[in-house]
Amino acid sequence: MRLVILDDYDLASEWAAKYIRNRIIQFKPSADRYFTLGLPTGSTPLGCYTKLIEYHKNGDLSFKYVKTFNMDEYVGLPRDHPESYHSYMWNNFFKHIDIEPQNTHILDGNASNLQAECEAFEQKITAAGGIELFVGGIGPDGHIAFNEPGSSLVSRTRVKTLAKDTIVANARFFGNDLSRVPTMTLTVGVGTVMDAREVMILITGAHKAFALYKAIEEGVNHMWTVSAFQQHPRTIFICDEDATLELRVKTVKYFKGLMHVHNQLVEPTLSVKDYMD
Amino acid sequence: MPSNKSVSDAPITQFVNCRILKNHKLQWEDLWVREGKILNPEKLFFDEKGFADHKVDCGSKIIAPGFIDVQINGGYGIDFSQASSDIRGGVALVAKKILEHGVTSFCPTLVTSPPDIYHKVIPELRAQDGGPEGAGVLGIHLEGPFISEEKRGAHPPKFLRTFKAGGVADLMETYGHLDNVAMVTLAPELPNSAAAIRELSGRGITVSLGHSMADLSQAEEAVQNGATFITHLFNAMLPFHHRDPGIVGLLTSDHIPPGQTVYYGMIADGIHTHPAALRIAHRAHPAGLVLVTDAVTAMGLPPGRHTLGQQQIDIQGLHAYVAGTTTLSGSIATMDMCVRHFREVSGCTVEAALEAASLHPAQLLGISHRKGTLEYGTDADFIVLDDTLTVRETYIAGQQVWRK
Repeated sequence: MRLVILDDYDLASEWAAKYIRNRIIQFKPSADRYFTLGLPTGSTPLGCYTKLIEYHKNGDLSFKYVKTFNMDEYVGLPRDHPESYHSYMWNNFFKHIDIEPQNTHILDGNASNLQAECEAFEQKITAAGGIELFVGGIGPDGHIAFNEPGSSLVSRTRVKTLAKDTIVANARFFGNDLSRVPTMTLTVGVGTVMDAREVMILITGAHKAFALYKAIEEGVNHMWTVSAFQQHPRTIFICDEDATLELRVKTVKYFKGLMHVHNQLVEPTLSVKDYMD
Repeated sequence: MPSNKSVSDAPITQFVNCRILKNHKLQWEDLWVREGKILNPEKLFFDEKGFADHKVDCGSKIIAPGFIDVQINGGYGIDFSQASSDIRGGVALVAKKILEHGVTSFCPTLVTSPPDIYHKVIPELRAQDGGPEGAGVLGIHLEGPFISEEKRGAHPPKFLRTFKAGGVADLMETYGHLDNVAMVTLAPELPNSAAAIRELSGRGITVSLGHSMADLSQAEEAVQNGATFITHLFNAMLPFHHRDPGIVGLLTSDHIPPGQTVYYGMIADGIHTHPAALRIAHRAHPAGLVLVTDAVTAMGLPPGRHTLGQQQIDIQGLHAYVAGTTTLSGSIATMDMCVRHFREVSGCTVEAALEAASLHPAQLLGISHRKGTLEYGTDADFIVLDDTLTVRETYIAGQQVWRK
């Protein structure tokens, strides 16, 4: 794996956004060859989305030939509910950029047949040629998407019931009323994300530090599903100082020492303006 | 990009680079319009996979719902209370001109007049949608003749009336028709007014208290019978007294039925109300404030002598008096001037000033589900203003109907 450690949340968000920007531009997406991007929700990626929007508004990045696949969505929450992941993606990303609506894919938590909806989502990913870069976060319990502790590490897109930890963590978005938090979600599986050609995990904040430790310094374990990416050929973890608090000093020093190598991935930061013919 | 909308093929316009008045705050958001209504872009994106056909750059300006004037007696030489030979043409002229002031809907107001005037004029002043020809007519505001003699202000005394039996009979005999009527101002202390108030509010007509000597308990009783508005607060009513608050006391009355709001009109032209009084009323009951112009025939005209109802008035600068007296005879301020003046003297937020001229009048008339807001699905009647709250463009049903 690559472990990229930045001083704070803003720098980590910016590094991640630059990385995504460079990957998209280097790919030279076109109408015949879309860049497929897997996307997360939650508070961690907000800074990254803000930077990506900024790059778009400056004319340096276009999402015209990008297809997106979100990781998850609540079951039974109306699509226009302010806490649905559709609302999140619209307000925090889609409405500010030039992505075409038919190129965005979010699981429908109100589908009449949830199982069929999950299977169809997997097929859409396949039809799009697989995911080029899957961006995700990590829960305090080490979960990727909503693959709660105990999820199969080869799982596919399916319905999942949320763990208590996750419901409690989400309560802050529902007026701190546990009874209003949805208990089921549709989520991509660990296996679905493992199929991506590259995986980027964003981890910031001291409350995620223990999960990061379990994910990268302990063994592959279905109780900490992010640990599955130890077996992915191309994973990059981007974190801030606080998220490294539970790691060994040796681990942190090693990867910090590699920053000059990592930074070559984001410097120079490319722009579509350079590729306009 | 190929058109890809499943609900409608009508063109979609997206107003960008603007601050819109939404949820009582000015927010940097785009405004989307289709088929004359405000469109929900999230629904368009996810349900229809649709996108805008045209983008309009608003240059960082403010977009607010169009102003609604519920008390305007005429302007530009037109007097709504006169049975002229071309009543509809007169209304149309005013409706067109007030687009410049950001007014997209209004209630043409008739002052106290003899029954034959009402019988002639009311059927001609039909409610109609606005458009490029002018602001929309929501309905007529009948200010009188069932008002107090002592507080008649500029209204001609010989045409004042009282309720004989009360109720429908008096109303019909006087007015002839009640179709097209949106509001009636009356004095609740007149005997038998209760039946009239109930009759009118039962028909969905807003009942307003004004030109009255009523004390607070009479006013409260009227509210309990269905009155919801006060016509030009402070003017033409008993002054506030600390042991006898009068109609003004409705602003903080504890006898208002739960769930009901009493709205009050204020002429913020810098003349009809002292700024300190404006502030007292606003601070006591900010949610009820409705800015009105009470504009008279001479609004928009040069200084001199003009006709209002059955009387003559004199214009001197920004003042309009009953000819030969110092009794104010309505104002010649425009709605946008009132909004700016109110904001300046009350120190309120831009949002509060804009809502006092749009959201609150819509709520008063019970039409806030389609006018007075920029909520999805409501009529796309809006104005573009700069930071000095000067109106730069006016839109009705999503179409630009005036620009500076």
